[in-house]
Amino acid sequence: MSTQAPSTQPDIIRPYGDTTGDGMVQMSFTLPIPHDKRAEGAALQLASKMGLDPALLVHAKAMGPDFTFFVVYGRVHHLVDLRQVEVVEREFPLLSPKEVNRAIKTRLRRKLVVVGACIGTDAHTVGIDAILNIKGFAGEKGLEYYREIKVVNLGAQVLVPELVARARAEKADAVMVSQVVTQKDAHIHNTTTMSAAFREAYPAGRVPLLVVGGPRFEEGSAERLGVDRIFGRGTTPGEVASYLVHALVTAKEARS
Amino acid sequence: MKPLLDLDPAEVRRARSLARKAGAPVVRLARSHTTVSVERATLRLAGLAGADHERVPWVNHLVDQVRGQVGLEQGVTTPVFDALRRGEAEDLLTLAQKAASGSVSFRLPEGREATRAGAVARREVARGIRTIDRQRAARERLVKRHGDPKQRPWIYLIVATGDIYEDIPQAQAAAREGADVIAVIRSTGQSLLDYVPEGATREGYAGTYATQENFRLMRAALDETSKELGRYIRLTNYASGLCMPEIATLAGLERLDMMLNDSMYGILFRDINPVRTFVDQRFSRQIHARAGIIINTGEDNYLTTADAVEAAHTVTVSQLLNEYFAKEAGLQDWQLGLGHAFEINPDLPDSFRMELAHALLARQLFPDAPLKWMPPTKHMTGDVFRGYLLDGFFNLVGAMTGQGILLVGMMTEAVVTPFLSDRDLALQNVRYVMNAAGGLTEDFHPPRDGYIQTRARQVLSEAVGLLDAIVHDSDAEGDPALLAAIADGTFGLMKRPAAAGKGLEGVVKRGPGYDNPAITLLETGESK
Repeated sequence: MSTQAPSTQPDIIRPYGDTTGDGMVQMSFTLPIPHDKRAEGAALQLASKMGLDPALLVHAKAMGPDFTFFVVYGRVHHLVDLRQVEVVEREFPLLSPKEVNRAIKTRLRRKLVVVGACIGTDAHTVGIDAILNIKGFAGEKGLEYYREIKVVNLGAQVLVPELVARARAEKADAVMVSQVVTQKDAHIHNTTTMSAAFREAYPAGRVPLLVVGGPRFEEGSAERLGVDRIFGRGTTPGEVASYLVHALVTAKEARS
Repeated sequence: MKPLLDLDPAEVRRARSLARKAGAPVVRLARSHTTVSVERATLRLAGLAGADHERVPWVNHLVDQVRGQVGLEQGVTTPVFDALRRGEAEDLLTLAQKAASGSVSFRLPEGREATRAGAVARREVARGIRTIDRQRAARERLVKRHGDPKQRPWIYLIVATGDIYEDIPQAQAAAREGADVIAVIRSTGQSLLDYVPEGATREGYAGTYATQENFRLMRAALDETSKELGRYIRLTNYASGLCMPEIATLAGLERLDMMLNDSMYGILFRDINPVRTFVDQRFSRQIHARAGIIINTGEDNYLTTADAVEAAHTVTVSQLLNEYFAKEAGLQDWQLGLGHAFEINPDLPDSFRMELAHALLARQLFPDAPLKWMPPTKHMTGDVFRGYLLDGFFNLVGAMTGQGILLVGMMTEAVVTPFLSDRDLALQNVRYVMNAAGGLTEDFHPPRDGYIQTRARQVLSEAVGLLDAIVHDSDAEGDPALLAAIADGTFGLMKRPAAAGKGLEGVVKRGPGYDNPAITLLETGESK
């Protein structure tokens, strides 16, 4: 006999405060009004419109003359249907810097070389620097921080032939290009020019992995632009590093 | 106060003398080179401001033109003021405008002509230096009138909306809530721009551009708030990146009170050329010294990339180097906001005791410096409740070890830009700890040879070991040992060779007739 409770997972659940099914949640927020009775009423009205019933205002405090901060506890009656939860899967697993380094070291057995640049007239290196510079972005260190990745950051306003030449000289595994500020779809034009130049300069099948990033690219347009992957706004260095391992280490092994 | 750590004075002396030995050849290098940004800063002191319709500053046009025609080996001012004396234009602005369209020919005057051009240059640059002197006097007057914060550490808060007109009410609100120092974070990437943007700006990435007009607007607003609160509110910005000398100059002209200004941050974390950085840094620190600005160094950054226990001594090494370079440039102890941070993994046993040991070590090595204590960032996870507790412990170390400047930690670090409520809760946290435990400095005496003393001594001895390795480093090119050490990845794991990195093309070796009236006035202390 098993000592565990029957483990049939229900499909319908509610938040758990201290009893199964009690639906209790807690939240905090600020309203842009001075703290008085009316403010407290306003907070309760918001909680009730958000579906907390009953809502319990446990804390209200003035934050300066014009704002009030609230903490509210309450019961929600919403049901969560686990069968309807949709998860958009990334096509690659997210790895820690340690895991990225280990994967490259043990499976590629040399440093992975990344050449990055802003091409065309774009002088905004914000994107490429956030991904490449050790300083990084959103609390994650950039690719320079990864011991097993060699980063060559060419900076801004790099000409495509220069980028191709440097990628060849460095034997780049991946080429990373960022396009932040663009006019008249210059980012699309620049990207297709770049991918065409690489396909011309390299024998078929030997082109480095082409990765572009920037806030204006459409998801799913990678193929049309002739590149391997597009990253949009908010991408962190860790995601890019994980992708590189996926595309250059894991996928290659699977093929060979 | 009796020292809390039993450090060997001979070991402390040895650490300082090694820092001097590592730094001195780099200072010689800085004194034998100039950069486009140092020359542009000098023109800014002479009163050249503004930009063309494409927002390219006139100082960039003029320096580029002079460099293209006669080079910068003699400095920019001699050929510029020679051209003015020859009647190429009636004033500096017109000269820059004409030069930008290619209609001025510069030459290198000789003999008496050169002397005369030098005298005019000195007279004009001295005006800027005197403005900086007046601003320093104005600060001293305002501090006397409104008063300094009642407590130490001073409470340092950040605003960063990207829009100067949003930053202003936020900064004023933060001051009303208790902030003593307001820092306006710069737009991401400004450090890599080789020009200073112009005018009031309303669009930035994760921060607001540092411009002269933004400095002026914010300082004026905080002067109002200082008056309202009866407490002088200090303003901070960033003298770092490719335009470090110019930003420092603008800060002096517009009476900023503190500037982030680290000796190696740009090299290690922004891949800026090491020579460019050290030349720019020396000039910017000379300006800060003159302007009475407190610098903040960036040692916290080492701990965000390396492990805070294993790399604790790199913080001490960087503090010692920053101290050497700062004093060489004329800064006084009270102007050295040497940085350190609460970044040890909270899951480690005794993490709090180690934080105390490290903070006390910095306190005792630099007893007269207003140390800048930086909150946890690396181990803030998004669990805001745990983050709030961690910030409380950070504040407690600050209270127990007499830190000078405390950057207020936000529980939403690494989650969102702080909500209004996050800032208020963070300040409540600081106030509670200061109120409850501020007096602990009286009672807290770590026992002789106990855990804290032993750990502090260990870090100091590792720091001495690293400094010793640095001064014995060398490379094939015969660069100064510190540059060789930076090139082979001694700091923050980053390899930065002296002949690579951004901004290298803006470095020029000084010729025998090099003249820079700003540097002369800054080094002699003269004002005419």
